[in-house]
Amino acid sequence: MNQLSRRRFLKIGAGSIVASAGLRQAARLAEPARAAAQSVVRRVPTFCNICFWECGAIASVRDGKLWKIEGNPLDPLSHGRLCPRGTGGIGAQFDPDRLRSPLIRVSHRGEDKWKAVTWEEALNVVAEKMQKIKSDYGPESFALFTHSLGGRFIQHTMRAYGTENITEPSFAQCRGPRDVGFTLTYGDDPRSPERTDIENAQCIVLIGSHLGENMHNTQVQEFAHAVGRGASIIVVDPRFSVAASKAKYYLPIKPGTDIALLLAWMNVIVSEKLYDKEYIDKYGFGFDQFAQIVQPYTPEWAYPETGIEPETIRATAREMARYRPATLIHPGRHTNWYGDDAQRSRAIALLNALMGSWGRKGGLWMPASLDIPAYPYPPYPKPARPAADNPGNKYPFADQSISTGIRDATISGQPYPIKGWMVYSTNLIYSLPSPPETIRAIQNLDFLVVIDTVPSEIAGWADVVLPESIYLERYDDLHTNPFKQPYIALRQPVVDAPADQKPNWWIAKTLAEKLGLGAYYPWKDIEEYLAWRVKAAGCSFEQLKRDGVILGAKQPIYFDEGAAATFDTPSKKIEFYSVQLQRAGFDPVPKYTRPDPGPPGSYRLLYGRAPMHTFSRTQTNPLLMDLESENSVWLNATEAVRLGFKNGDYVRLRNQDGVLSNRIAVKATERIRPDCVYMVHGFGHTAKGLRGAVGKGASDTQLMTRYKTDPLMGGTGLHVNFVTIEPEV
Amino acid sequence: MMPLTELTVSRHNPLVDPSLHIWGWQIAVYLFLGGLVAGLMIIAGVRLIAIRPSQREALVCCTIGPIVGLTGLSLGMFTLFLDLSHKLHVWRLYTTFQITSPMSWGSWILLLVYPALVANGLAHLPEAIPALARRFPVIVTWSDFILAREWLVVAIGLSNMLVGIALGIYTGILLGTFGARPLWNSAILGPLFLLSGLSIAAATLHGILIIHTPDDERPTFADFLLSSLTKLIEAHPLDPKVGPVLAGADNSFLTIEAALLILFLIGNTTSTSVHQQAASLLLGGPYTAIFWVFVIGMGIVIPLILQSLELANRIRHTLAPSIFVILGGLALRFVLVYAGQQSHWLEALNR
Amino acid sequence: MSRFAMVIDTRRCVGCNDCVVACKTEHGVPLGYSRDWITEELHGVFPDVRLEIRSERCNHCENPPCVSCCPTGASHIHDRGGVVLVDHEKCIGCKACLAACPYNARFVHPDGYVDKCTFCIHRVENGLDPACVSVCPTHCMHFGDLDDENSEVSRLLASRPYHSLIPEAGTKPCIFYLT
Ligand SMILES: Nc1nc2c(c(=O)[nH]1)N[C@H]1C(S)=C(S)[C@@H](COP(=O)(O)OP(=O)(O)OC[C@H]3O[C@@H](n4cnc5c(=O)[nH]c(N)nc54)[C@H](O)[C@@H]3O)O[C@H]1N2
Ligand SMILES: Nc1nc2c(c(=O)[nH]1)N[C@H]1C(S)=C(S)[C@@H](COP(=O)(O)OP(=O)(O)OC[C@H]3O[C@@H](n4cnc5c(=O)[nH]c(N)nc54)[C@H](O)[C@@H]3O)O[C@H]1N2
Ligand code: SF4
Ligand code: SF4
Ligand code: SF4
Ligand code: SF4
Ligand code: SF4
Ligand SMILES: [Mo]
Repeated sequence: MNQLSRRRFLKIGAGSIVASAGLRQAARLAEPARAAAQSVVRRVPTFCNICFWECGAIASVRDGKLWKIEGNPLDPLSHGRLCPRGTGGIGAQFDPDRLRSPLIRVSHRGEDKWKAVTWEEALNVVAEKMQKIKSDYGPESFALFTHSLGGRFIQHTMRAYGTENITEPSFAQCRGPRDVGFTLTYGDDPRSPERTDIENAQCIVLIGSHLGENMHNTQVQEFAHAVGRGASIIVVDPRFSVAASKAKYYLPIKPGTDIALLLAWMNVIVSEKLYDKEYIDKYGFGFDQFAQIVQPYTPEWAYPETGIEPETIRATAREMARYRPATLIHPGRHTNWYGDDAQRSRAIALLNALMGSWGRKGGLWMPASLDIPAYPYPPYPKPARPAADNPGNKYPFADQSISTGIRDATISGQPYPIKGWMVYSTNLIYSLPSPPETIRAIQNLDFLVVIDTVPSEIAGWADVVLPESIYLERYDDLHTNPFKQPYIALRQPVVDAPADQKPNWWIAKTLAEKLGLGAYYPWKDIEEYLAWRVKAAGCSFEQLKRDGVILGAKQPIYFDEGAAATFDTPSKKIEFYSVQLQRAGFDPVPKYTRPDPGPPGSYRLLYGRAPMHTFSRTQTNPLLMDLESENSVWLNATEAVRLGFKNGDYVRLRNQDGVLSNRIAVKATERIRPDCVYMVHGFGHTAKGLRGAVGKGASDTQLMTRYKTDPLMGGTGLHVNFVTIEPEV
Repeated sequence: MMPLTELTVSRHNPLVDPSLHIWGWQIAVYLFLGGLVAGLMIIAGVRLIAIRPSQREALVCCTIGPIVGLTGLSLGMFTLFLDLSHKLHVWRLYTTFQITSPMSWGSWILLLVYPALVANGLAHLPEAIPALARRFPVIVTWSDFILAREWLVVAIGLSNMLVGIALGIYTGILLGTFGARPLWNSAILGPLFLLSGLSIAAATLHGILIIHTPDDERPTFADFLLSSLTKLIEAHPLDPKVGPVLAGADNSFLTIEAALLILFLIGNTTSTSVHQQAASLLLGGPYTAIFWVFVIGMGIVIPLILQSLELANRIRHTLAPSIFVILGGLALRFVLVYAGQQSHWLEALNR
Repeated sequence: MSRFAMVIDTRRCVGCNDCVVACKTEHGVPLGYSRDWITEELHGVFPDVRLEIRSERCNHCENPPCVSCCPTGASHIHDRGGVVLVDHEKCIGCKACLAACPYNARFVHPDGYVDKCTFCIHRVENGLDPACVSVCPTHCMHFGDLDDENSEVSRLLASRPYHSLIPEAGTKPCIFYLT
């Protein structure tokens, strides 16, 4: 708007087209297609990094400039089509807020004051500090927070350095409860990308899982096909999600009462004998005890808890049974909700087991993978002390590092002091609940180094900031995730980094060399490393560079096709009744506890995804911000009238502990229950270097001064905060 | 079907969202000036054919009118030009004629206006502004050339009338053909803007006549300007023989205009709900106050009353009704240009 | 002859905006402007609600008022498929066509001329789908020739209920929404 009037003004004034030389000018897209005739287009296959799904993609460069990115048709995740974030991913390349060179802090921690330095200087400081902490406290006192594939080489350097305190928010803040709940039941978890056979399911039950807003590409594609072919869809959500709009049954559940609903469903299925008896006889353990335990949980019992009519509960239970085993109760992904999440996930696992859907077509398939040997490195030193995240095995079923556990250890100094953090590609101020605790932990550190692409909130707290080149400018390790059909995919540079940014492998290798750990990097550069691995897997690196993806031979992925029906549980069966849980003092079959209703007059704060953004990492991407530049707070339309707010009014949210949010617009809507509000996670940035994002919308994390820890695995339930709404003056 | 409760549109194009505002004062002023010029042309044409040079009123209509018209037209074309967003390409208007496009018609009509007005103005210019004729004697030659040929006088008068009518109707049709904007989408806009243009023109000429009284027999241009200024402040008695013609004409134009406006509103309110919603912009929405106070009250009712009193010799002729009519005509175009852009087939409930 | 059209399955569309961002990169649409967009139409009161999500753009109307009102001929009907295009060189930026379009499908490009969806004619003439159609992860958009009764678009319209936008405006839009 301003730009337009300014341009017009200039045109009238000067009689010619004068481009305004502003910041945003850097963000101008490639020139229109009419120039295409004379231009040279180069197409480079790679894979996307805007989220962890890692879809195969092909980037186009026109006349030397990054033009667009599309799905790679060979790729089994994208099937040639990216999600909006992937398509808009090129915006990350011309993001005007990118870090351009290494930075060293010149004032106190937390104040954004920096000096630009060379890589040599910056990495010398990092190596020196790491050596100091190693000699003062031992290498375990240096922790790595990382997220995504890009962190592989950094992890390698840190392991070589001698620490096992390596953690990701994807466990305790994301899919940990689900993975634990399923592992307790099947001895294996739903994996990422999830083993959900949405493609073939005839009945799909979504509990939360807001596919269509949660844009994990393959799932959304398959979900849309399922809708198209008329699959029966049941959505349980306090909010009328996009997925709910596709559903045959929409169950507007009272937040936090899903276990009651799950128990009631199981009750109906057991009492009406709708389950897959043959399957359970063959693979199940402890079914009779389980059947006993769920007996009291009738739909009538669940009704006052969940607000779902008994008849609806019965109808949906029967609907699920009608299509089994092609009935998929989606395991969800972000499952840290109420602190009883591993048990809720276990209930979901059990409902699937009743349907006989694990290992069956239309349920959950068995992942297929290629044998891709790891590069032969020297063995890592054995740390003197065990990891610090879960002292005394407090959370007995945690099978990965608990990020918030490392944070606790950093604050308390127990079981031993943590004095250094390296943070790679995770914005801890946003991804860990209770930012004040994160900041307290940071204040206890001797040294914090952050590797990021933009001056994120966490980078603002660092002593040294290292700028990484973005995914379109670098090689990364191979994509080797097991999937329906095994394959490997390659990320390779499409364009050069615009300034002094470096790829993670270079940073990891150079740092290792400075730490005297050069022996852990026997290869000259990453191409040599990748070529070695690809060759070791029996494939051609040249082909991989050309095609981006190499598919392996199809393998059986269903029991009926010959996939191995093995269960890595104590009983080697599907555990309807879990003796190991019982021995550890937990409920062997999930039980329901009523959620805390919160202070009167307040709304439970719920949150989720917008299809065009990823967490807190896309708000400086000019292309994606153009689609949605701020979040809004969803408020039931009747409540909005009661409170006197109109759609679009700006408000602030105040949580139960008095924390006041940034201003945020009200979305007054018939799409949400009256007892909760909802917002998209990732907005409301405060780091002033994020010029395109700062102050736009509000942050859910900021309002999460409370969280409820899952006693089984240490996950942080985040749906336990309540807010009131104040007009913005 | 369940009631529509929310409509959310993600588009956010400048000038288009949340509601269209592509045209601002430039177009309102352009339409106003277009109407004025149209009215001036028609009156000039009529008076040229019927003129008796002794009548000052006719001289003003025939000569000052065209001069004001030429100025207004140029100004109007300039404001139109100001509105164009791809200005350097403006010549493209004149490399084509698009038969279905009122704007194309309009741009060609505008080209016809210049010669017609110039010819009309020339015919009696020596009598009307003798000082000018003394300075440029060639004017007398041209005037003589025209007046010596009866057929030419009639042709010039008729062409001014015809082009004027076309221009006046065009300013309304321009908006009236936009089916996409329900408020505008009415065949009445053409005649309405024509009549409004006539009333503005009559009021303008009436005003000029008041300023340009007989004691300025042979003024220089500077004298004329100066005396005009003083007469803006003090009302003057008007030659009783000439003023009433224009005041009376203006009153008839205003009356027909009022009738057309009522028809326009009735048309909208009795049409589809979309049109009703559009009319409610004027009848019970953001533009209601401006519409009733400035367009109807100030622009039509008050001048009608004042001029009726003038005609009945109850009060003296003053500039007031002229100014009111002119401002009312301007307000009419502002209101219609702005409100029309807001009227839409889809009422966005949730923006 | 050919009559290009889009058929969009609102049951599958999730409103993800991929079509919108793909159009931006394909055409270098300036930031802050869009040729296509998402509309969400909600009926009812919680929890009994019905939501239709639509990807919208210029309807390439068969009876396009934006063309008939254009004084320079800049807005015109392309000789293939009835696609409505703007010749940037001829456009003077009078914006009559913006006023004429009931769908508000056009905008003034920062460089002065009027711009809008081209149905990706440069791709279509090379045998490709429009950019938005080709990226849509839910495969809810279909592009093709209505004059060919065996085309996918013709078959979809023959087999499923659909509607178009503001048919009352009389423009004969050529984008159809399956319900
Ligand atoms: N576009 C986009 N897609 C993404 C991501 C992204 O950043 N952007 N991130 C990806 C990642 S890593 C993850 S983990 C996933 C997360 O995506 P999901 O696993 O789908 O996340 P959830 O938290 O399960 O889903 C949020 C939904 O749960 C509903 N909900 C809230 N409380 C309750 C409740 O008590 N009961 C029930 N039944 N529903 C409730 C909310 O209204 C909302 O619709 O998304 C992935 N996909
Ligand atoms: N309040 C709240 N907390 C949550 C969630 C929530 O919904 N609400 N969701 C949870 C879930 S499911 C997850 S998975 C986590 C996600 O947590 P994170 O992975 O921490 O997600 P982001 O907030 O996107 O932070 C990513 C950071 O990596 C940077 N980055 C992006 N690309 C690159 C790169 O190529 N190289 C480097 N070096 N850095 C890069 C970004 O600039 C950004 O600073 O958050 C969890 N925490
Ligand atoms: S799901 Fe979207 S953002 Fe994630 S990797 Fe795939 S295309 Fe990229
Ligand atoms: S890309 Fe497809 S699913 Fe996404 S909004 Fe566009 S039409 Fe709908
Ligand atoms: S949608 Fe609008 S711009 Fe497109 S052809 Fe129809 S009237 Fe013209
Ligand atoms: S703005 Fe351009 S395309 Fe539109 S009507 Fe005017 S000249 Fe034609
Ligand atoms: S058809 Fe092409 S120009 Fe039109 S909206 Fe789709 S991508 Fe954009
Ligand atoms: Mo996640």
